[in-house]
Amino acid sequence: MSYVLRRLGFYVVAAWVAVTMNFLLPRMMPGDPATAMMARFEGQVSPEALEALRETFALTDDPLWIQYIQYVRNTFAGDLGISVAFFPAPVTDVIGTGLMWTCVLAGSALVISFTLGTILGVISAWRRDSPWWGRMLPPALALLGAFPYFWLAMLALWLFGFTLGWFPLRHAYGDAYDPGWNLPFLVSATKHAILPAATIVLATLGNWLLRMRNNMISVLGEDYIALARAKGLADHRILIHYAARNAVLPSVTGFGMALGFVVSGSLLTEIIFAYPGQGYLLIQAVRTQDFALMQGLFLAITFAVLAANWIVDVLYMWLDPRTRSSRS
Amino acid sequence: MSPLLKNRSALAGLGILAVFAVLALLGPWIVGDPLAFVARPHEPPSTEHWLGTTGQGQDVLAQLVVGTRITLAVAFVTGVLVTMFGALIGTAAAYFGGRIENALSLLTNVFLIMPGLPLAVVIAVYMPAGPVTITIVLVITGWAWNARLLRAQALSLRERDFVMAAIVGGESHLRVIVCEILPNMTSLLVSCFISATIYALGAQVGLEFLGLGDISMVTWGTMLYWASNDAALLTGSWWMFVPTGLCVALVGFALVLINFAVDELSNPRLRAERAWRGRLRREGVRVTASTPVLRKR
Repeated sequence: MSYVLRRLGFYVVAAWVAVTMNFLLPRMMPGDPATAMMARFEGQVSPEALEALRETFALTDDPLWIQYIQYVRNTFAGDLGISVAFFPAPVTDVIGTGLMWTCVLAGSALVISFTLGTILGVISAWRRDSPWWGRMLPPALALLGAFPYFWLAMLALWLFGFTLGWFPLRHAYGDAYDPGWNLPFLVSATKHAILPAATIVLATLGNWLLRMRNNMISVLGEDYIALARAKGLADHRILIHYAARNAVLPSVTGFGMALGFVVSGSLLTEIIFAYPGQGYLLIQAVRTQDFALMQGLFLAITFAVLAANWIVDVLYMWLDPRTRSSRS
Repeated sequence: MSPLLKNRSALAGLGILAVFAVLALLGPWIVGDPLAFVARPHEPPSTEHWLGTTGQGQDVLAQLVVGTRITLAVAFVTGVLVTMFGALIGTAAAYFGGRIENALSLLTNVFLIMPGLPLAVVIAVYMPAGPVTITIVLVITGWAWNARLLRAQALSLRERDFVMAAIVGGESHLRVIVCEILPNMTSLLVSCFISATIYALGAQVGLEFLGLGDISMVTWGTMLYWASNDAALLTGSWWMFVPTGLCVALVGFALVLINFAVDELSNPRLRAERAWRGRLRREGVRVTASTPVLRKR
């Protein structure tokens, strides 16, 4: 258990760094941050916005450490200030509305892409001499991965949404349905999620495939694989129990780290599809210069990524017996 | 460099990059003013305007060509800075060990785990918009991955005799890191630089698409920003975003190809396997799970 607890400690430190950065960034501006912002936007920021900002970030005349304590206290009490873009809703409420949609979209896309990419990677490493699996598929997916996510999303929306009309164009579910556990709503929500999820899967698939393929190739060169072959074990047994199980470990570690990256990409995808998740809120915040909402989103997304990473750690412990015994 | 030129995928990658480099250097002299009003807005591609016009009646091709310069400059400068910064932190952690290593590793891991885009937005929004801000933000959000990779490599070099000898010989810390350790991981540094440039290209375009760049400048990112702002999708003006994205992907793909080649050349296992398979094919032997015995001719 100590492995999981140690990782938990790390996430607490990471969360603290995120909170502290959120506190320091506005203060690192030369001079008084509020005035500096005022100067930058030449009066485009309304007085209410400035007031909300000062209050949230405890921008008072107190010494820095008192401001900091005040700020941390506010943050942990769930008070992230008032949103300007959705005035007068508190930032916490605004973020709360979108968090579920992002988790569902990015989460399911990530799981599908990881599973599919890993399986394809195993096959492509095993059959690396076949012209299709070995020589065509990896570069083709690498090419797909080179496109910006949001550009793939634009293309998909234009092609399958506007031109062919196969999928709905925007939002997460049809206006006629009541959100809840009823069939028509779920069908509508799934229909809306297919296109954005598919673009994320397509853009990230190559990454998982190549990673798994490289791990597999190096594991397949190990002596214990040769031994397994010499013992006359069946190919599929060697492939799954001997090679894939060991080769997947670095991919799982990478999963946690890729999470932040994929979430960033899926935020941009959400913007294209006007999907009501965190990405959509983020662009609203950027357009209206809603600093409180931006900073709140940064915290919320970071915390979500940290939590997901912890789940991956628990999974990793289950996959790799070596972490279960407590090492010194 | 010469084995790189014999590798087919590296050659293709370098070729694509060379074309874009020429465009970046000479672009503004080849095409007209990218911001000039030349025709009606949302005109589809024609013989006069090969890639049509934007929502503001500007020539898309001219914008694409002129935008190459800043886009590639930001990507490559960010790539260099990210690699340098990552190399410095990574090797310093490995070299000094102990508390310094713990602290630097913790910092690296924290930055690795934080989602890049929201962090970049939070930083960029407090700074004046423009390519310099984008570069700084991308370095802050991107250095950690390289630091981690390079630290692992530096850890193994740290224990080598020649590094020990340099330390015992009284060389300064900086000299040991810069002159002894770093030159011995050149291939890894090259591959880190390429990955960092790919990352910088995509992230830059993403940030500018969000409207965090200087929207009065012409870059690939701001082109996509204007495409989405001028309702390119609603009006079906695919020429406003399809060529731009293709260019981003082409440059990215070229870099990936070079990275494949570097990987193959610097990984003895892949290289040996490639040579062995080539030999088998020449002998007309089918490659199977079992190892065939070849007679030396």
